Amino acid sequence: MWFLENAWLVPLVPAVSFAVILLVGKRLPKQGSEVGVAAVGASFVLACGAALQWIQRVADAEGADAEGGHALARVIGALGRSVGRLGAEEAHGAVVEPVTRHTTWFQNGGVELGVGIQIDGLAVMMMFVVTLISLLVHVYSTEYMRGDRRFTHYYAALSLFTASMLTLVVADNTLQLLVGWELVGLCSFMLIGHWWEEKPNSDAALKAFLTTRTGDIGLLTGVIMTYFVVERATGEGSFSILAVNEAATSGEVGHTLLFWTAAALLLGIIGKSGQFPLHTWLPDAMAGPTPVSALIHAATMVVAGVYLGARVYPVFWEGFSIDDGGVNLMAAVGGITVIIGAALAFVQDDVKKVLAYSTISQLGYMVMGLGVGAWTAAVFHLFTHAFFKANLFLGAGSVSHSGSHHSFDMKKDMGGLRTVMPTTYRTFLIGTLALAGIFPLAGFWSKDEILLGAGENGYELFLVVGLVGAFMTAAYMTRCVYYVFFGEYRGGDHAHADPSHAAGDEVVEHHLAEAQDRHEDDRLPVATAHAHDDGHHGAPHESPGLITVPLVVLSVFSVFAGFLNATAFDIEKFQEWVEPTVAFVPVEHHAFDWTKAVISVAIALLGIGASYAYYWLGLGPQRLAERNAVARAGKRFLVEKYYLDHLYTDVVVGFVKAPLARAAYWFNQHVIDNVLNYTGRGARALGRVTYDYVDQKGVDGVVNGIGLTTGEAGGAVRTIQTGRLQFYAFLLVAAVVVFAALLWVAG
Amino acid sequence: MEWSEWALSLAVFLPGVGALIVMLIPRAEEQLIKTVALVTTLATFGVVVGILADFDYDRSGELQFELNNRWIDVINSRYHVAIDGISLPLLALSAFVTLLCVIYSWNHFPEPHNPKAFLALMLVLEVGMNGTFVAQDLILFFIFFEVVLLPMFFMIGVWGGPNREYASIKFFLFTLFGSAMMLLGFLALYFKVDVPGGNTFDMVALSEAAGAGLTRGTANLIFAGLFLGFAIKVPMFPFHTWLPDAHTEAPTVGSVLLAAILLKLGTYGFVRIALPMLPDAAEDWAPWIGLLAVIGIVYGALGCLAQSDMKRLIAFSSVAHMGFVMLGIATLTDFGINAAIFGMVAHGLITGMLFFLAGSVQHNFHTRELSRLGGLLVQAPKMGWILGFCAMASLGLPGLAGFWGEFPAILSAFSPAEGLPVETFRTYMVVAAIGTVLAAGYLLWMLQKVAFGTPKPEFEHAHVHDVNAYEWTAWLPMLVLILVLGIFPNLLFGVTDDAVTQIANVFGG
Repeated sequence: MWFLENAWLVPLVPAVSFAVILLVGKRLPKQGSEVGVAAVGASFVLACGAALQWIQRVADAEGADAEGGHALARVIGALGRSVGRLGAEEAHGAVVEPVTRHTTWFQNGGVELGVGIQIDGLAVMMMFVVTLISLLVHVYSTEYMRGDRRFTHYYAALSLFTASMLTLVVADNTLQLLVGWELVGLCSFMLIGHWWEEKPNSDAALKAFLTTRTGDIGLLTGVIMTYFVVERATGEGSFSILAVNEAATSGEVGHTLLFWTAAALLLGIIGKSGQFPLHTWLPDAMAGPTPVSALIHAATMVVAGVYLGARVYPVFWEGFSIDDGGVNLMAAVGGITVIIGAALAFVQDDVKKVLAYSTISQLGYMVMGLGVGAWTAAVFHLFTHAFFKANLFLGAGSVSHSGSHHSFDMKKDMGGLRTVMPTTYRTFLIGTLALAGIFPLAGFWSKDEILLGAGENGYELFLVVGLVGAFMTAAYMTRCVYYVFFGEYRGGDHAHADPSHAAGDEVVEHHLAEAQDRHEDDRLPVATAHAHDDGHHGAPHESPGLITVPLVVLSVFSVFAGFLNATAFDIEKFQEWVEPTVAFVPVEHHAFDWTKAVISVAIALLGIGASYAYYWLGLGPQRLAERNAVARAGKRFLVEKYYLDHLYTDVVVGFVKAPLARAAYWFNQHVIDNVLNYTGRGARALGRVTYDYVDQKGVDGVVNGIGLTTGEAGGAVRTIQTGRLQFYAFLLVAAVVVFAALLWVAG
Repeated sequence: MEWSEWALSLAVFLPGVGALIVMLIPRAEEQLIKTVALVTTLATFGVVVGILADFDYDRSGELQFELNNRWIDVINSRYHVAIDGISLPLLALSAFVTLLCVIYSWNHFPEPHNPKAFLALMLVLEVGMNGTFVAQDLILFFIFFEVVLLPMFFMIGVWGGPNREYASIKFFLFTLFGSAMMLLGFLALYFKVDVPGGNTFDMVALSEAAGAGLTRGTANLIFAGLFLGFAIKVPMFPFHTWLPDAHTEAPTVGSVLLAAILLKLGTYGFVRIALPMLPDAAEDWAPWIGLLAVIGIVYGALGCLAQSDMKRLIAFSSVAHMGFVMLGIATLTDFGINAAIFGMVAHGLITGMLFFLAGSVQHNFHTRELSRLGGLLVQAPKMGWILGFCAMASLGLPGLAGFWGEFPAILSAFSPAEGLPVETFRTYMVVAAIGTVLAAGYLLWMLQKVAFGTPKPEFEHAHVHDVNAYEWTAWLPMLVLILVLGIFPNLLFGVTDDAVTQIANVFGG
């Protein structure tokens, strides 16, 4: 049990690594990268240890359960749940208590708030995914980021990210989860804006932070409400995730509160996990280095929202009445995201953006899965998606690193790379097939289970949505593979297109131009770019081992990860290990359905076939958008990303920043301030009148002459000073009089 | 006398002695003047550290280091000083920030130079600030409260920017107006509240009486006077307009002290005087205070977005941040008031740091126009990163101090004290949560304008100093505290909790 009880070490190690890299990283021989790799490697080992011990724990519990000797655990587990849930729990088999540790963080108003760990199957799974992919990205980056202008900072940020993400994962309470959540947002901001010299990069970083922060309005209020959910049920508030889940399932919390809690948290999920309508930051986030996109914006941070949904699932289950079927907010958001994300992937020229929109669409599947009551399937999809999407992103990085002169433009700078980059090609292809859901790769199993759940739980509409999405996924990924790896190599063409330019100059200019365009170049614009590029210019070639080995590892997972829950062969390990047995809701599990599986694979193959026919064979309506007005309008709508960016940037932000903020400021300067200034001026005038007529002419009339003379002499100097002071005196007296009178009356 | 009796008086008046010595030294002896000021503030801080060490944290709800002597018999006013868990952190903050300001000033004297007058004023200011946080008698409190006013008036008026005259007079009159109202409130408390043993200005006795013998109407009226006095100081919308002008024109150190300590006098007044002495009226007023607080949060943020001057932007952000503090207070719960005190300290450190940075940016570029700045990270990377750190702290990133002022304040609004309108406060909660997004907006916008990108052509070859030794000495302690309080909030909550609970108990929260 050592690994489970000491799982707090898993986030702590990279946190220490962050501090070390920050303080001494630049002086180390490998500029801090060795510290980062070692730390996350250690975390990975710890996470694996925890995973093995958890599996052992589950096996022990089941063994004990079978012997009937572990009745106590059963009773304890049942205590938190209402009697009505007992039936569901029996279906789950043995009760496996999470391993928790807790210590007081601070005390405020008699309320004790803590930090702690809650290690269960879900947390263990997530720790494994985060540390594994982080480790691979750390290794990959030693080559990919070699010679970068802020190499050490990059590794410091990666370490901080890993630590924050793991803090979020192991959190035993929603407040700690929120802390980790905000910190990964900070790291995302830092890494998207890694090359902040160019404005588009810092714009993208700001956009990402502000958009997710908009969602965090929901998270903030939602987390606050989880505290009061527990208070309603037990009389004492708490952020503890177990307590929240128990309270939500206890039936003692009003539905209204649960609904609003779920809705608020859903807003947080929408922001963080790139769901419609707050998904617009994710494609822009591709401005960051590609390994970062793989780690943060595909495999881990963006699934934090889904993780939150899975972690406090009973709140959503009860709040959205997921058991009832039909339609609910969560399923709807996920379903819409599946389609709108996939549609946008078709009109991208930038391979990273194709993958970004694909990520949005796949995150939609996960949220939809949670929304239709397919908890295990959604979490399983989170698991498999992490591997094949990281695989694809790192593959795209490999292409740009060694095949396309740091460009990500599929149409201009790639093509025909399958022969020169065989490893990258093969691993990318595996990732593509896994993403498309082709039997028996990882994506097939998880996606199929989501669709199965949607169909069986009374969410037929979302079954259709999922199938349409599967078709689109297969089609746009085939298109992507075509542009990158097939056809003629188009990279470098423009360097020789115009013979009047010396090729060398052209390359430099080309690079400068690309650097202006944020995502085309992962490198710095001027000096270092030359130094770095020297070794890479010339013909495309396969990337070195530091890049291809992570690709191979990930593609192995992309093939085999799905077999953890290959229900067709009666393997349900993932469900057995990951699905909570304490304070959980009675989610249903359905037997594998060969008919549906065949249909969904057929649909995916149809998507691949359609793309193949269109791109390879040149069949179908080529260049339709140039001939048909309706198609043109449709394409434009997609290219403009449904005009959502315009809505947010120009209308919302534009309105807040310009008219609204200016109006508020105008109000400040001209209304509030003028009330004051005119009061001042009026009082001064009154004071002058009093002084001139009452005091000087009346009381002091005798020495009139002297008074006038001095008044005139010092007049210019004293106008402001005496005037203000008189005003002050007047105000003071007037105030005292008025107030005293009021007191007199009232008293 | 025991150390525990004279420690507080020493902490209050030692800077005064220093000011006297500084005034006796000829103006030309600049080095000596600076040394005396430094030694004085250092000694004062030493005394406060001694108090921190000696403070009994298990009894932080009770008054400690108490001294209660005869003073002005004719009005029953006594020299009564003492601290509890609420005063202690603020007293420490005051001594701490003043010391750092003296260090920062070492080679940053604004025109027209004259370190003698500048430092003497700063020391006098410290007397007022420290005194306000330890006074337990209303007259004593009032005097210290007013002592603060004059040095700041001269600091802005003499060492300020081009529009200093207007700004300083506005600051002076505005706050003095509030003070007059507050004094009336104090007098009314003296005459109207039934205290066993006769009329008194003693704050302890008045808090225990809790407005006994007042009709609801009178209590509300007296509260109005106190409210004006404190709300102007905080400042709350719509009484805030002196603040941006004062900050913009004030010299760097003046801005730092203004933001870090002076604003807290107002919020401290609410917690120490208005709430416990007039609890019934506080309940009537709380929804309105909460309303003004959340208006301030949004309005301050919008004001920030409209600025083109870095320092003025930071000034407006104070309006927004103090809105969170006041929201916490308005809930009348222990949770909210604890958050408010945390917010005061956090805002003092973070916004103080931001003003330091704005000062150093101006020192380097001779401008604070956001449109002309850019690429600070290229020319002065350390300063740029510190700015990023402070911006993140200011927008309430968890793990840094700012978060613990904001989050619990928002949380407390979900469930305010009994008798307050719950739905109204929940609306405030949502508005405040929206305010956190706007805060991120203007701070990151400023960060992008100042730090990211490349330097503008006019400054491409400018000679820019990165953080120098004086700046490091002044800033590092603040930066460390921002981080440490963010990670271990209990360092502060642990001190304030008992004292706050006592106040909040009156409201059944």
